[in-house]
Amino acid sequence: MFSNLANLIRYRGLIQSLVARELKARYRGSALGFLWSFINPLLLLSIYSFVFAVVIPGLHTKDIEPYALFMFCGILPWTWFSSSLLESSSSLIAGGNLIKKVLFPAEILPITSVLANMVHFFLGLPILIAFLIYFRRWPDPLDLVWFPVVVFVQFVFSTALALIFSALMVHFRDLRDILSNVLTLWFFSTPIIYSMREAPGLGKRVLDLNPMTHLIVSYQEILFFPGAIGHWKWLLAIGAASILLFLAGYWVFDRLRDSFAESV
Amino acid sequence: MTPAIELNHVSKVYRKYSGRHFATLKSALLQRSILRDLRPGEAFPALTDVSFAVPKGSTFGVVGRNGSGKSTALKLVAGISKPTSGSVIVEGRISALIELGAGFHPEISGRENVFINGIMLGLTKREIQNRFDDIVEFAELRDFIDAPVKTYSSGMYMRLGFAVAINVDPDVLLIDEVLAVGDEGFTHKCLDKFGEFRRRGKTILLVTHSLPLVERFCDEAIWLDGGRALAHGDPKRVIDAYLTEVEEGEGRHLAATTAKAVETAVTETAPANMFEAVEGRWGSREVEITGVTLVDRDGQPSFVFHAGDPMSITLAVRAATPVDDFAFGIGVFNADGVCCFGTNTEIDALQSEQLSGDGEVTFAIDSLDLVEGTYKLDAAVHKRDGVPYDYHRLLYTFRVKSRTHDVGVYSPRHRWRFSPNVRFKP
Repeated sequence: MFSNLANLIRYRGLIQSLVARELKARYRGSALGFLWSFINPLLLLSIYSFVFAVVIPGLHTKDIEPYALFMFCGILPWTWFSSSLLESSSSLIAGGNLIKKVLFPAEILPITSVLANMVHFFLGLPILIAFLIYFRRWPDPLDLVWFPVVVFVQFVFSTALALIFSALMVHFRDLRDILSNVLTLWFFSTPIIYSMREAPGLGKRVLDLNPMTHLIVSYQEILFFPGAIGHWKWLLAIGAASILLFLAGYWVFDRLRDSFAESV
Repeated sequence: MTPAIELNHVSKVYRKYSGRHFATLKSALLQRSILRDLRPGEAFPALTDVSFAVPKGSTFGVVGRNGSGKSTALKLVAGISKPTSGSVIVEGRISALIELGAGFHPEISGRENVFINGIMLGLTKREIQNRFDDIVEFAELRDFIDAPVKTYSSGMYMRLGFAVAINVDPDVLLIDEVLAVGDEGFTHKCLDKFGEFRRRGKTILLVTHSLPLVERFCDEAIWLDGGRALAHGDPKRVIDAYLTEVEEGEGRHLAATTAKAVETAVTETAPANMFEAVEGRWGSREVEITGVTLVDRDGQPSFVFHAGDPMSITLAVRAATPVDDFAFGIGVFNADGVCCFGTNTEIDALQSEQLSGDGEVTFAIDSLDLVEGTYKLDAAVHKRDGVPYDYHRLLYTFRVKSRTHDVGVYSPRHRWRFSPNVRFKP
């Protein structure tokens, strides 16, 4: 297992090219092309702003004003997370032709999905910065040091799940539908469109069980809420757990590896 | 000499897709049967105890009918799937031409695809950079290399895939039936490339249905059937063994076809146009043809003949009451329904005298000068004026095999003669 893991480093050139291909191919043929990477989060944001700031205002407390900015801090990483899972889970099946005909480590496919979506996440950051400037919010530079840490933890966590789901999906196609529904539930169980500080005692305890809660709250504390990040203990704990989950996920993937060429 | 590829008692078992396998995740979780469900249900042995070694620098052919395990063997050598038991050892960099352009993405340009495909096959970016012009040149795609691959014709697609794979510069090249990818010119280029590989001491494993290719290129060959190695060694010997079996298989098939045709043919009226090729049987049955046997040069009943060999057609006939007015006829039709040859005892100026009880009539052909193909036979007994006793129309099928690929219907014995100033290579 560890030799396979080390092998991945040898294939970084391929991962790089595949991510680039993924990004190029996605918007090839569309008039706006790469602009969609910016437009998509903006549109999503305006939908939620319309609902929660115009249709049913007053549901949220004053401390998460400006609401659009607050929400954006959560939606951007969430989109990365959910698209990564949805795409990577079917990546082995979609790349069946490759797995059957070309010799290369199959885990490259789900990892590529996570990375390509990470690039989209990064492309969304300039808009977030523009928002921060517009609302005159200046994150604490000391907090910003934590930003790469959250991104890294989220990457490890997403990749761990991506490996598990992509490998299981080969054998249980039902997972595709289960996953898309679970992700909807997961979205509302994560403090993205509301603040963790609004959750009542029981709700908070439930939300605390959700790893994504701590990632999103960390983003919000770094970028939105003034004051130092108070969530770093949770973040490091989730980080450690993610690494264990990644190893477990890789183990599952490795166990099932030989069945892919026959089952996809 | 150390082998570049070595298979030791390799077996590969695939599981068949049974209902049980497609259990849902829920039931698998509830019954804790995930791992059990991932184990083979009903097993299908694709390869059974196959061993062979390919010495470095030699070319090795794998022949066999469809589904014999050839491609499975190739995938095992390529490392794409793992043997169920036994071991596969390969030395050196492999390039597998199993499916050309397998990794191509339709939306991006040929240029970008060459890079990604090359990296997948194990090259570095720099190596591809250096070979890029060769690849494009070889694929004959200079004008289209920046167009998205989805706009390519299938020939262009294959050529590009082939050009990348061949330029990986492998130590071991695996080829699965991909030589028929282009027009005549491109095929020649590919063959030249193989020749070059051989000269440079590379190892080639060739899976193909093209037996002449195996005979021409391979140093050794193996014949797989039903996942087992039936013959192994000198290509010529292996191919002969394979062809013999193919003929026997064809013979069985033709025998079944014939038996079915004879069984289902019912008595009916003669068609208006006798040159129209419709199967059937008709006649008054005062004289009956009870059986038709085709006999080969060794005197054995057969359905497969070689062009130029002798063939005998034996009719078993029975006359319930003696008759004195009769004639026997034979007609040979090709698959298009064209009458290749027809005659009868009347045409051959034989005058009938008496036929009673059971008898046998043999029509002996000294040399079956037909081109390769499937033929059908008419056998008839009728009155001298043509009124049929028993007419068997196209009920008997046989196949003519030929080493040459001449065309048409009739393949006369022939030779060429040239004046001294017209020369051919010896």
